[in-house]
Amino acid sequence: MNLNAVLTIYVFEMRRFFRTLTQSFISPVLSTSLYFVVFGAAIGSRIETVEGVSYGAFIVPGLIMLSVMTQATANASFGIYFPKFIGTIYELLSAPVSFLEIVAGYVGAAATKALFIGVIILVTAFFFVDLQIAHPLAMIAFLVLTCVSFALLGFIIGIWAGNFEQLQLIPLLIITPLVFLGGSFYSITMLPPIWQTVTLFNPVVYLISGFRWSFFGTADVSIGVSLFAIALFTGACLAIIWWIFRTGWRIRQ
Amino acid sequence: MSAIVSVQNLRKAYVGGFEALKNVNLDIEEGEILALLGPNGAGKTTLISTICGITVPTAGKITVGGHDTQTDFRAARALIGLVPQEINLEPFETVMSTVSFSRGLFGKPRDDAFIEKILDQLSLGDKKDNKVMTLSGGMKRRVLIAKALSHEPRVLFLDEPTAGVDVELRKDMWEVVAGLKASGVTIILTTHYIEEAEAIADRVGVINKGEILLVQDKADLMAQMGKKQLRIELSEPASAIPDALNGYDLARAENGLALTYTYDTTGERTGITTLLNDMQKAGLQMKDIQTQQSSLEDIFVGLVKETA
Repeated sequence: MNLNAVLTIYVFEMRRFFRTLTQSFISPVLSTSLYFVVFGAAIGSRIETVEGVSYGAFIVPGLIMLSVMTQATANASFGIYFPKFIGTIYELLSAPVSFLEIVAGYVGAAATKALFIGVIILVTAFFFVDLQIAHPLAMIAFLVLTCVSFALLGFIIGIWAGNFEQLQLIPLLIITPLVFLGGSFYSITMLPPIWQTVTLFNPVVYLISGFRWSFFGTADVSIGVSLFAIALFTGACLAIIWWIFRTGWRIRQ
Repeated sequence: MSAIVSVQNLRKAYVGGFEALKNVNLDIEEGEILALLGPNGAGKTTLISTICGITVPTAGKITVGGHDTQTDFRAARALIGLVPQEINLEPFETVMSTVSFSRGLFGKPRDDAFIEKILDQLSLGDKKDNKVMTLSGGMKRRVLIAKALSHEPRVLFLDEPTAGVDVELRKDMWEVVAGLKASGVTIILTTHYIEEAEAIADRVGVINKGEILLVQDKADLMAQMGKKQLRIELSEPASAIPDALNGYDLARAENGLALTYTYDTTGERTGITTLLNDMQKAGLQMKDIQTQQSSLEDIFVGLVKETA
């Protein structure tokens, strides 16, 4: 195991994040505050509680998930796409590193950045709403798993993308709609029965539901199913990445 | 000397069927400078990329320092440094940081003193804290060399190191290469500048259309294949070559004011003495005599044309 290489990639990627720390910090704080103003204060004042939780607090897990998923995907996809774009990927391919080490470095850094932003949003939320975390350990576990799994997905997108437009395409066309329709701002029990069934095909529902359970102890789907879904998603991403490196798809001609 | 890089029956076919390398066999001796000459699209970069692990071979075997590049890739790649043809660098990083990154990728612990030493050798010492994007083209190329040397490789591949570089910088680069050779590094460079191979290589390999046409000691190659020309300037122009000299490979030049005689340096006799005697007998007055040796370029063009 070339641990030095993993650490080198990780530190190199994290430095890029810290170079733009102000933007990295201000942007999620600002957008979260806006969500709280619009959804929490304006709309929330007309919806008193959802499943016994004040609407302002109810949307916190969904808001965190929304940012964490998009940030993890964007960071990881850019992280591996950029060396491809400027040609420095030759170095990764000719170095004595395995695919697992490359993935660990890039995905680890992207997941850390997303986690960092998730924590900032959580801290910001405490300024706006009265929030209790029922299962802190489970909350951390869900957060970390989501960061890692979506960073893996981002890594795949970064390898696949042939230009900057494609890099934006999947997050814009698939991830954002799935997160918005995955119960970020509502409980799926609020939907008509037919849409409740349709929603169950959205994998993000299981992540948000499980994450919300760690805060309030209530969930749309059982916690076991949520854990299984996230494990399945992570496994699928890992399998695709393993195949990419084995076949050299889009990286080694 | 023993082979540090050994390429056996290497084939590389791309999707779509294009065969970039056709059954390539090549042994690179430890400590030498091998220049791979070939026109654009000959397969030079593909060969280097395949040895370094960037491209997956279709068939064949490559070993570096005795380690198979497929089954024992870590040990094989650890011995190799690669300077690519394109200037591929992170523009926003500092020189120090990008070179240290390369060292780390190869599993070596951070060693700022060592990196600074390399940068000094490449006249980049005072640029170590500059961002890559602020450097000139020549400096960027040297940063690429520093990156390739950062993990102390035993074999260095330079893919067209002086392509698009001005004459002065090219000579600087040759000095850098000579310095590396002196430190014991084996160097393989690709080029289509014949003068580059002629100036710095120990051995020359010619590659065209995915095949190695020859690999030979540079001096031997030039001696064996080089033809020499004797140019004889005449006091009076000769309207035709006298019949008495028909047995010689002679040609008129400058409207008969000069004759050129082509001969093989490897032949038992060059025929110069008898030619000069016969010329005197034929009444031709000689004013001056010069010899010219054909360059590697002539040999190279000849070889490539033969396979075209």
